Amino acid sequence: MIVHTPTTEAQACAVVKSVVDNRVPLVLRGGGTREGFGRPAQVASTLSSAGLTGITLYEPAEMVIAARAGTPLQVVQETLAERGQMLPFEPMDHRPLFGSDGAPTIGAVAACNISGPRRINAGAARDSLIGVRMVNGRGEMVKSGGRVMKNVTGLDLVKLVCGSYGTLGFLTEVTFRVLPKPAEITTLQWRGLSDAEGVALLSSALGSPFEPMAAAHLPAGLAGEEALTLLRLENFPDSIEYRSGELALLLGEYGVPDKLEGEHSAALWRHIRDAAFFAGTGEAVWRLSLKPTDGPKAASAIGRTLPGARWFYDWGGGLVWLAVSADGNAGASAIRAALKPLGGHATLVRAPDAVRAVVDVFQRLSEPLMRVTAGIKKSFDPAGIFEPGRMYAGI
Amino acid sequence: MSAIAFPAPDAGILARREAIVAGLARLVPPQALITSDDERRPYETDALTAYRRLPLAVVLPSTTQEVAAVLRFCLEQGVPVIPRGSGTSLSGGAIPQEDAVVIGVSKMNRILEIDYANRIAKVQAGVTNLAVTGAVSAEGFFYAPDPSSQLACSIGGNIGMNSGGAHCLKYGVTTNNVLGVTMVMLDGSVVEIGGGHLDSPGYDLLGLINGSEGQLGIVTEATVRILRAAEGARPVLFGFPSSEQAGAAVAAIIGAGIIPVAMEFMDKPAIEICEAFAKAGYPMDCGALLIIEVEGSDAEMDAQLARIVAIAREHGVTTVKESKSAMEAAAIWKGRKSAFGATGRIADYICMDGTIPTGQLPLVLRRMDEIVKSYGLRVANVFHAGDGNLHPLILYNCNDPVEAQKAEDAGMDILKLCVEVGGCLTGEHGVGIEKRDLMTFQFNEADLAQQMRVRAVFDTGWLLNPAKVFPLEGRIAA
Repeated sequence: MIVHTPTTEAQACAVVKSVVDNRVPLVLRGGGTREGFGRPAQVASTLSSAGLTGITLYEPAEMVIAARAGTPLQVVQETLAERGQMLPFEPMDHRPLFGSDGAPTIGAVAACNISGPRRINAGAARDSLIGVRMVNGRGEMVKSGGRVMKNVTGLDLVKLVCGSYGTLGFLTEVTFRVLPKPAEITTLQWRGLSDAEGVALLSSALGSPFEPMAAAHLPAGLAGEEALTLLRLENFPDSIEYRSGELALLLGEYGVPDKLEGEHSAALWRHIRDAAFFAGTGEAVWRLSLKPTDGPKAASAIGRTLPGARWFYDWGGGLVWLAVSADGNAGASAIRAALKPLGGHATLVRAPDAVRAVVDVFQRLSEPLMRVTAGIKKSFDPAGIFEPGRMYAGI
Repeated sequence: MSAIAFPAPDAGILARREAIVAGLARLVPPQALITSDDERRPYETDALTAYRRLPLAVVLPSTTQEVAAVLRFCLEQGVPVIPRGSGTSLSGGAIPQEDAVVIGVSKMNRILEIDYANRIAKVQAGVTNLAVTGAVSAEGFFYAPDPSSQLACSIGGNIGMNSGGAHCLKYGVTTNNVLGVTMVMLDGSVVEIGGGHLDSPGYDLLGLINGSEGQLGIVTEATVRILRAAEGARPVLFGFPSSEQAGAAVAAIIGAGIIPVAMEFMDKPAIEICEAFAKAGYPMDCGALLIIEVEGSDAEMDAQLARIVAIAREHGVTTVKESKSAMEAAAIWKGRKSAFGATGRIADYICMDGTIPTGQLPLVLRRMDEIVKSYGLRVANVFHAGDGNLHPLILYNCNDPVEAQKAEDAGMDILKLCVEVGGCLTGEHGVGIEKRDLMTFQFNEADLAQQMRVRAVFDTGWLLNPAKVFPLEGRIAA
């Protein structure tokens, strides 16, 4: 196993140029906490961002931060916290789910579009990523976007690269817009609601003027014996006080909510963000993205065909985390059949290599869009050296 | 004024015009095909009116299938296609060329579905921006991106240009508010990307299409996020002695953890022009004006304003004027949103759209003034202060070709300045033809080549809106 660890962009370009003629494929590695993601790679060489670290720009008054791709996420978050700021999209930590060690990097957050519960209101990583520098499959440095929030100059390659799982290029530097940390955080919690009631509550709250920043429903048995329906408010204390009251009033039919504060609230949301309820089990874990009100419909249909399935809802019902038996195709046929009439799609996040090798980890697209996908891959990486087959077989 | 070059029209296409028109006539109903000189004339330009080209023909389809049939035909015939929304582009994004067919989506103007529980609306591409909000406002919802042209501009055009507006500091621009599109590819295949859910599988094609300026396909339908409006909104005027103090106040407000829903800046010339037009009650004795809008309940707005006013006082604010009624609030925004129109009453102008890091504001304002003065012209500045998106309006007389050329040159100098200080050529208007030849200032050869290779995946032969975005020299087809 060869591991290339360039310490400059020029070295990274040289590594790519050195392998491109012989078509030696590369796995791209940040902190190595998400190696179980995507289709298993059959690759002998690794290109690591571990030698590219450090914050290169931080202007709190402009709400922008840039860092080399291998910078640990924690360093970015601590730097921001010192000035009372944060990444807006609450990136998930995959270590509990994958049982992995190491330090997640800011580059991987960009490459895999890693977001969390705040996505429902503040957008995903792709909405805050405003600039990238990368090495393409020709060994050229390519930049897109920049350090300003509003930028429509040319094709938005930033978005393409965000969520491409390393298949389009090796990120060397990423730039994010950031936001002030809220002065206070409070969670409202209702108990004992069914899935459909819980999601209906979340829909009402998200359609209210009171701006919940996160909205989740945990069916009974996940975090205690009772189902929990959760709304997180982030604001100045006087606003939280007022909005909690108004929401309790608006949602009175669902009972009187408890208020969770401090570490109790934070720990619960970390569990939701990281799907940590499924940590340490042998179950396969899926991530379903669909219209929020379709969440309970999909889950109950899947529950009927896959006994023993467990799930919970984030994003107001629009993100269903689902754990099923990893046997066979890990429920792929049943899950995708359940989604067919509803729309949306399912991604297999955790499963043994043998399962991920035969199941479409990312849902296949229509024929014209698969052609576009293959074309885009080729336009960045004509020799197919970056993470071949990580997202789709043959691409 | 003809500084910006167009590709030479293809003589072969011009010679085949009759046959091409006959072919189009077989694909769409007669009322959807415009061929006479008089009726083609309105399509010869957009809001960048200094440039005009009469298109070969104009097609106004009513369905996605008609768009597909016309695109397939144009590909077979090798005829360039210019997608068009409402024709409000300030960068010339919808200006045609003599050998091209314009495909306008203005007849596709139906709202197809509104789903409040899932907070989405599905609309055809020709629906105007404001019509989306209009359709959901009775339930207290709105569509967030609000370009100044929102009364006229279409959702399809907004997607093409990734349009912004005054309120994107909090709510984002078009790309942050579109969840799905139906798009017709050049070969006539119809694809669905995204939908009512928050993220799409595979590469972020939705993110690529937003802001692609009609070069990848024609969007015929879109699913957009609708948001519940705040309980109340209140714009407040803050007058400062100088632009520097106003800029410092903006930085301090953000530094204090406050993100107002909008922060708009106007300099003295802009204040005078807008006040004369809108009678909004803008203070006339200040050097710079901020319009800061806060949202929430009355008590929440009072509390947030108290914080903002305290910061503004530390930065020498001389006037604080709250809107006391909905009418006053509307007048404040009318003044700002009519800045372009009001300027047009006193002079011809070109409106630039660069973005800068906000910390560079004092330097850029000073340098812009020097640049424009060096050409013997005047400039009025309005811009989105929170995100550094500048709209300098360079005033000139369009009947004087020398002055017109000077205005264009001054504008180009300003955009180069924006790039030099770490910003970009365009924040929300798009590259179009206007900034096409400046792309090499922001991007090097490898950057542009990568963009063109991605473009070629959708259109190998440069048929879709071909004169735009990329310099005419050095184009890559695959």
